[in-house]
Formats: sequence, structure tokens, C-alpha cells
Amino acid sequence: MTVKMTPSGSATDLIPLAAHRRILHGDLGGKILLGLMAALIVVVPILNLAVPSDSPMHISTYAVTLMGRYLCFALLALSLDLVWGYCGILSLGHGAFFALGGYAMGMYLMRQIGDRGVYGDPVLPDFMVFLGWEELPWYWLGFDQFWFAALMVLAVPGTLGFVFGWLAFRSRVTGVYLSIISQAMTYALMLAFFRNEMGFGGNNGLTDFKDILGFSISAPSTRVALFVASALALALSYLICRAIVRSRLGRVVTAVRDAEPRTRSIGYRTDRYKVWVWTVSAMLAGLAGALYVPQVGIINPSEFSPLNSIEAVVWVAVGGRGTLFGAALGGALVNYAQTLLTAWLAELWLFVLGGLFVAVTLFFPRGLVGLLRRREGS
Amino acid sequence: MQWLDDTRAFMRRDQVFDIVRPVASSGRVDTRHGPILYLEDVTVSFDGFRALDALTLYIDDGELRCIIGPNGAGKSTMMDVITGRTRPDNGGAWFGQRLDLLRMDETEIAQAGIGRKFQKPTVFPRHRVVENLELAMAGPRGVWSALTARLDRSTRERIDEVLEEIGLADQGRALAGQLSHGQKQWLEIGMLLMQNPRVLLVDEPVAGMTHQEMDRTAELLTRLAGRHSVVVVEHDMEFVRSIARKVTVLHQGSVLAEGSMEEVQSDPRVIEVYLGE
Ligand SMILES: Nc1ncnc2c1ncn2[C@@H]1O[C@H](COP(=O)(O)OP(=O)(O)O)[C@@H](O)[C@H]1O
Ligand SMILES: [Mg+2]
Repeated sequence: MTVKMTPSGSATDLIPLAAHRRILHGDLGGKILLGLMAALIVVVPILNLAVPSDSPMHISTYAVTLMGRYLCFALLALSLDLVWGYCGILSLGHGAFFALGGYAMGMYLMRQIGDRGVYGDPVLPDFMVFLGWEELPWYWLGFDQFWFAALMVLAVPGTLGFVFGWLAFRSRVTGVYLSIISQAMTYALMLAFFRNEMGFGGNNGLTDFKDILGFSISAPSTRVALFVASALALALSYLICRAIVRSRLGRVVTAVRDAEPRTRSIGYRTDRYKVWVWTVSAMLAGLAGALYVPQVGIINPSEFSPLNSIEAVVWVAVGGRGTLFGAALGGALVNYAQTLLTAWLAELWLFVLGGLFVAVTLFFPRGLVGLLRRREGS
Repeated sequence: MQWLDDTRAFMRRDQVFDIVRPVASSGRVDTRHGPILYLEDVTVSFDGFRALDALTLYIDDGELRCIIGPNGAGKSTMMDVITGRTRPDNGGAWFGQRLDLLRMDETEIAQAGIGRKFQKPTVFPRHRVVENLELAMAGPRGVWSALTARLDRSTRERIDEVLEEIGLADQGRALAGQLSHGQKQWLEIGMLLMQNPRVLLVDEPVAGMTHQEMDRTAELLTRLAGRHSVVVVEHDMEFVRSIARKVTVLHQGSVLAEGSMEEVQSDPRVIEVYLGE
């Protein structure tokens, strides 16, 4: 057996032949993440539905839903890491895409209520009857169809992302300025959605959902199905993000992050790359929101709150920016910690979160993943 | 406001949208009259200070031209004008006879076939050396083609070839940020080779290099001339002497002298500028 030691013909092997080939090659964290999702998809339904509720192995439906929500936050964190970790665009407005996806799903769920609302109107949601509206606004049309709503879950955040990105990146808005206008975007949307005339339920938002695809939304089996859908969405989105960052496009995007003028000078239209990645990220965030809403049973304008978007940045920083799976981990873990802590620290949570952010920035700039890797390396 | 201008440009009815306009390609560079680069009367001011002052310069197709001049003479600014980084207040810049560089942006100019090595070496520090070369490689630059791009055998071989040529065959896997200053210079030259442009603008290539490395750079640049037009800005006189056929001396933003190295060196004005300070 001969060992090839020639310097030529070896280094280029590092560049993947094609992005979709051996997508998880060398990605331990990704393998763990996908393995975990596969395990959850199998185990959680069994432990909830098949194991009797008095058994210690039983997982309550409440816990299933809670975990499903963590997965949605993990997906939001993943989408944010794609733009922040890989393209260097710090978005302080990703909550807007999440909320828009949530509203698209909420509109479908509202129309599923049919005549079972308080006012019994077969078409109009309760809040419209209450406002004295005679007919459905045009932008509510089509949302009685699941496929249409599912399309809008991606299309609405995607369109906003595209328009925002096109305006901002073509005008070469970067750095702090971009962060600020992304924050302004979500704030403006919050104010708009608070208004009753907008037709999205004002400050109450959309709630009192009954069914999804004809199944009762509170039934344990539906909850489990939503959980499984969230796990699948996270796994699939991870693979998509991974394929992107492993492709040449991914390498161009990180080049933009590290040296944008240089990337331009070798002939890449960096603004187009940024718009593209930003739009994909917005759609993934929208998907997260759409899965979140049926699990919490409500969507209201507070989801647009600038604070939510900032929290998502902290998740990514804590988990490990620029690693994808670290971000997902951060999204799930920080929210889990919040659930544990809010029981006795409710008012203090934001301080804890802020402190966490400062600590991570100062002491573990590479987040939990960096910490684990260092452990492994030493 | 930029957005407003963009919107207006978008609404104009007498032109087609950027997206459907054909990208200027190197195939359209018209050099039938000899020169491949024309700079005419180019003036660039920074807050009233003239970095370039009515500079007129022609570079012939396939020639190797050295540009020398004291610090602050405007050499890098000249390259900024050619590559679309700096817009002159006045004058014209043409690539071949037909492509008006002043109406093209940086990306279009790069795609049309003008490559540049910067004075301060700028590589992608967190990409590996091979990835730096891959990104610079000539080819489609669109988002979708980048998403589906794959590295075929001939490209791999080309990358290996260039690695060999720039003496970084053993460093292919290293992160570019970890290279020494001289190696970064080489990597930038390698990126230029991958880009395979019609015109190479090389700004101070041997800064931070050993004598041996300088000799190899000289050899490489001379080899490139003919297939490409090469414009080299350099301080090191010995290096210039080793490669130059024709030298242009810049001083205070305009041409002070032009000719062979011997002619230029015996020119009293040049002697004054170089020795009189
Ligand atoms: N962006 C800028 N703003 C202000 N002055 C500049 C700028 N770029 C270059 N200059 C000035 O223009 C002159 C020419 O600079 P440069 O082209 O870099 O000279 P060199 O011949 O050494 O490459 C210098 O005096 C420099 O200070
Ligand atoms: Mg200079």
C-alpha cells in the first residue's frame, strides 16, 4: 500500500465536489443534531401516545408542545445564523419574519374556525364581526386553503426579505446601520399590526384556534404531529443551510463577510449574494413562526417586538455563531433555561439574558460550541 | 438619496434593466489600434489635493509596463480609477477602444477582464489557500451558478498548477490569514492568475519578499507578459530593472518621464525627484 504524499492533487480535495454530496462530511455537530431529531421523532410520539400517563416514562402533551416550541426557536436561530454567522449581517429584525410566517399560519387557523366563533359568522373571524366589517378583506382570501397558507408562510417573509434586502444591500447599507434599520422594520410592523384597521386582529392578534387540517388543535395526537413537523422542519432546514454554506455560494458569502470590497473586486456582485441569503433566511424564519403559532395557540403583534429579535441574536451568540448547529442548540437551550428560570426569576430574566450575552461575548466568543471544541482539542 | 436615484433609474423608459443588459465581456475588448488601456487627462482630487493631475497614459496590449514614482505620486490612485474604485473628477478611461471604464462599476470591470493585486495584500483570511484560488477563478459569477458550481477535474488541476507556480503547494490547506506577508503577496498573484484577466494591475508585488522570492516574481511577471498586459507599480529599483522594458515615472499625479530604464534614469528631472528630496 502506498500513501500519497505528493503535495499536488491533495489540497483541492478540501473543496467539496458538489455541495449536495456527502453533505454532513466532517460535520459532527450536524450529525448529532440530525440524529437527535430522528430520535425525537420516533421516541416522543411513543412516550406520549403509547405509554400510559401514570407511567414514569410518559411525556405529557404539555411537555411535547413545550419541546416543539424550542425546536421552532432553534429554527429561528438557525436562520439568523445563516445571515449573521456566514454573511456577517447582524439582523435585529428577524422576529419580523418569524411573526409574518406566524400570522400567515394564524390566518389559516382563523378561517378553519368557520361558524364556531362567538358570533357564529361562517366566514368572518370574530374580531371582524366585532369591528362591524361586512366582508373579508381581499388579503384574507385564499387562507381557507392550507396549501395557499403554506405558500404564504414562505412567500410573505420572503418577499419582505427580498424587498428590504434589495433596498438595503444595493445601497450598501452595512454594519450597525443595517442592524438599526432591520430593528426599525420590525418595530414599524409591530405598530402597524397593533392597529385594528389592518385587519389582523389588532392587539389581541389571532387566537381561539380550533382545527388544523381538520384535526382538533388541542388533541394530543395533533400536538405530537406538530412536534414531529417541527423536528422535521428543523432537520430539513439544517440540511438546506448546510448545503448552502458548503457550496461555492457559501464560500462567496463568507468572503463577503470577511472582505466585501475584495469580493467585489474579483467580480462578484456582493449585493445579490446578500439579498439571496437574506431572503432564504427570512423564509426559514417564517417557517419557524408558522410552526410556532399552532403550538402556542396565539399570534399577536408583540411577536414583532424588537426585544424578540434581540433575544434571537443572544441565542445564536450563546450557541456559537457561524456553526449552524450551535445556533440551533442555543435557540433550544436558552429557551429551556428561560422556562426553568422564569418560575422564580420572571422579572430578572432579561437581566440574566443580557448578562449571558455580555459573558459570552467577553469570555466565549465562539459560544457553547467553541467551548466544547476547546475541551475536545485540549 | 441613493434609493431615490435607484427608483428613478428603474423607472426610466429609454433603457433596459441592468439584469438584461449583457455583461461587458473580454471578447468585446477592441485593441486593434494597439493600446488596451487608455487614460486621458484623468484628474482626481481629495479635498482639493490633486492625487492625479491630468494624467495621460496608454498601455499597449501584451506589454509589461513598470510604473515608478515616489510615495504619494498617485500610483495606487491610478489603479483605483482603472478598477472603478475611485471616480475621477475629469478625464476618460477606456478599456480597449470601446469599453468606457467610467461607466462600468467595479464588478463589471473585473468581469470584463481587469484584475488587480492590491498594495496591501488582501486575501480572504478565513478561507483556505485553495478556496481563495477557487473564488478568484474565471467563470460565471452569478448566485445560482455559484450554488450549483462543482469543481471538475480540469479546474482542480488548474488550481494545483497555480499553487505550484506561486510556491504554495504545501500551503494549500492553510488558512490564508496564517500566511506570511510575502506568501500573501504570492497568493494574490495566484488569484490574479486564476482570474486570467486581459490586464493585470500589480501594485507593489515584492514588498516584504526576500531576494530569492523577488527573482521568482520577476520571472513570473515576465512570463505573463505577452499573454496578458501587465502593469507593475514598484519602488524597488533593482526589481524594476530586472523586468522593465518600458518605464513610466509618475510624479505629483502626472507623467514625469517615460521610456526605457536607462533613458528614464538619466533624465535630469527624474534624478531631481528621486535624489533631490
Ligand atoms: N481616499 C483618499 N483620501 C484622501 N487622500 C487620498 C486618498 N487616497 C489617496 N490619497 C492621497 O493621494 C495621494 C496619492 O496616493 P497613492 O495613489 O496611494 O500614492 P502611491 O503613488 O504611493 O500609491 C497621497 O498623497 C494620498 O495621501
Ligand atoms: Mg501605492
